[in-house]
Amino acid sequence: MKKTAFILFLSVFFFVLSTASGWAADNEPYKIGAIVAVTGNASFLGDPQRNTLEMVVDIINEEGGINGRPVELVLYDTESNASRAVTLARRLITRDNVLAVVGPSTSGESMAVIPVVNRAEVPMIAFGASTRIAEPVEERKWVFKVVPGDDLAIRLKYDYMKRNGIDKIAIATASTDYGISGRQHMRELAPEYDIDIVFDDTYGPGETDLTALLTRIRGTEAQAIINWSIGRTQIVITRNWKQLGMTIPLYQSYGFGSARNIEMAEGAAEGVIVPVSRIVIADLIADDDPHAPVVKRYKRLYEERFNEGVSVFGGHAWDAMFQLRDALAEVGPNRSAIREYMENISGFVGNNSIFNRSPQDHVGLDMDAYVMVKVKDGDWAIIDE
Amino acid sequence: MTTNTALKVSSFTVFIMILPWVLNLSSATAYYVDVMIFVAIHSIIGCGLSLLLGYAGQISLGQAAFYGIGAYTSGILTVRMDVNPWFAMAAGIFVASAIATAIGIPTLRLRGHYLAMATLGFGMIVFIVFNEYIALTGGPSGFGNIPPLSLMGHPIESSFSFYYLSWLAAIIVLTASLNIVNSRPGRALRSIHDSDKASASLGINVAMAKVKIFVVSGAFGALAGSLYAHYLTFVNPPAFDVFFSLKVLMIVVIGGIGSVWGAVFGAALLNFLPEWLVFLHDFDVLAYGIILLLVVMFSPQGIYGLLAGAAGYFFKFIRKESDHD
Repeated sequence: MKKTAFILFLSVFFFVLSTASGWAADNEPYKIGAIVAVTGNASFLGDPQRNTLEMVVDIINEEGGINGRPVELVLYDTESNASRAVTLARRLITRDNVLAVVGPSTSGESMAVIPVVNRAEVPMIAFGASTRIAEPVEERKWVFKVVPGDDLAIRLKYDYMKRNGIDKIAIATASTDYGISGRQHMRELAPEYDIDIVFDDTYGPGETDLTALLTRIRGTEAQAIINWSIGRTQIVITRNWKQLGMTIPLYQSYGFGSARNIEMAEGAAEGVIVPVSRIVIADLIADDDPHAPVVKRYKRLYEERFNEGVSVFGGHAWDAMFQLRDALAEVGPNRSAIREYMENISGFVGNNSIFNRSPQDHVGLDMDAYVMVKVKDGDWAIIDE
Repeated sequence: MTTNTALKVSSFTVFIMILPWVLNLSSATAYYVDVMIFVAIHSIIGCGLSLLLGYAGQISLGQAAFYGIGAYTSGILTVRMDVNPWFAMAAGIFVASAIATAIGIPTLRLRGHYLAMATLGFGMIVFIVFNEYIALTGGPSGFGNIPPLSLMGHPIESSFSFYYLSWLAAIIVLTASLNIVNSRPGRALRSIHDSDKASASLGINVAMAKVKIFVVSGAFGALAGSLYAHYLTFVNPPAFDVFFSLKVLMIVVIGGIGSVWGAVFGAALLNFLPEWLVFLHDFDVLAYGIILLLVVMFSPQGIYGLLAGAAGYFFKFIRKESDHD
């Protein structure tokens, strides 16, 4: 008897539960899918991105959602693995039926997922840096990017060099995805700026001493060195540059843009010139700068909530999520309308500068995405010209 | 092939043919079709290692190299030289077989840890080539736009059609492997597994038999890699690193050493487990590890051993019951 009563109670309970969720249908959340590399060797990208995505969704929902509907984030970990990213993208699209996909974190994963979203006709905002992700635009109908390309950082550097009378340079790059991409763009853009690359060599990402390479550069006519790498080698080259007492300036890639790198170089970084995203120098940005409200707000909120320094990579997630919020608020839950909105977004102020997209440009950023800074007294200093 | 295996293979084929239709009934399971594609690809490379490890007793920690050679040959030939994808696939298998022969002759003289080290080294060398030979492989960035395979002018692009293609390949490989196992060379391999010297005394050309099966495993690896390249349409080196070699080893061990079917079960578990554990969020990796550990600890014969044991018990039970009637 007791058993029957219990079963009866359970059935009533579940019935009520199911109808309750049925009523909620009018208020069904907008589902956004995310695939980021929370674990694996790209976790330094995926971890702050996951944190940021969760934080932005909370912000949007606290503000009352979008048109009264809450946002639901379905987030999966790609383990930094391209084939896993493909499976999870399919899962987001067919099973979770998301309106748009944000991520993946790396260029390789992004490239692998592109055919999936194009075929399924779901807008994707990738966090990879490679310019190939958004080009050629005819084959990237559903793909957008929030990360400024390497080419923009290089243009800014070349531009700055020309104005300072430098036209012969040495380039050193790591043999990684990041390094190779930088090297390619440096070589392609040099003629446009009348810059002569007099020395060009690559080194392994595990190199612990680059003195020999720098010594060879000393034997050339180079007036400046550009190093393009990420991780420990950028510290190694900085220290070696200082130890050799080299007088020509050392330019680093935007990968150097973290206060930790200055610390790890233990004083050797003085004078190093780097193009950085504004989020790196949030405290130095003038209050009348149009980026100031976004960049400063992101930094403050992130550091309050997660108790760790904000990173450039998390900033991509912030930009993507707020662009989607704007799109949903404007056009509602329709994949192709979202795509169209994303394609024509203009004047959107994000961590990565101001976005002005068009059907010919699915990134929408220019050289203004980076600011030239110099290491001075163990901190960044904006170079005023 | 014995009637028993023929029955198993044909019922498995029927199951595979029906599966996507069942999965497509619900949007919650529709994407399992995509997971099953990777199960097929991993089964193919797993079958190769299963023959090598489970039957011949030779370990290889370099299977990812053959997988990569298949994928890159397909990619490079189709993208840079505009070769027909089917021909590129065959070329990949040929290149991998040739390399397996060249590598197999010296390394298969080694035993135990030394063989493991040699194959591990081989895998690393191939990985470095993918990474550093930028002009050919695109280096660490890899390259995309690999054309899909096509049949009579119809590209095999959708998950649904690629599912059937990949499982067709997997079932052919499975059948071939089962035939090898039950043939004279298969029996020779099993005798090598137990003792090189005893096998040699029976007139088996031990060195030759080992190299042959190594080449077969390399060819299967390349076939799997080529399918991978045409499915993803993008290749880059991380997919072919040493961790993938370890994954293939796991597939064989977890699935069940000593049975080619084990590779299929292992591939299924290793691909579906992460999907089922997603709800655990950050703890999924931990749970994944614990489950695999439990399988190895409590069922050294892997999942296949577990299932075969259960099925055997079940049939015995049925027979006993029917005896009573």
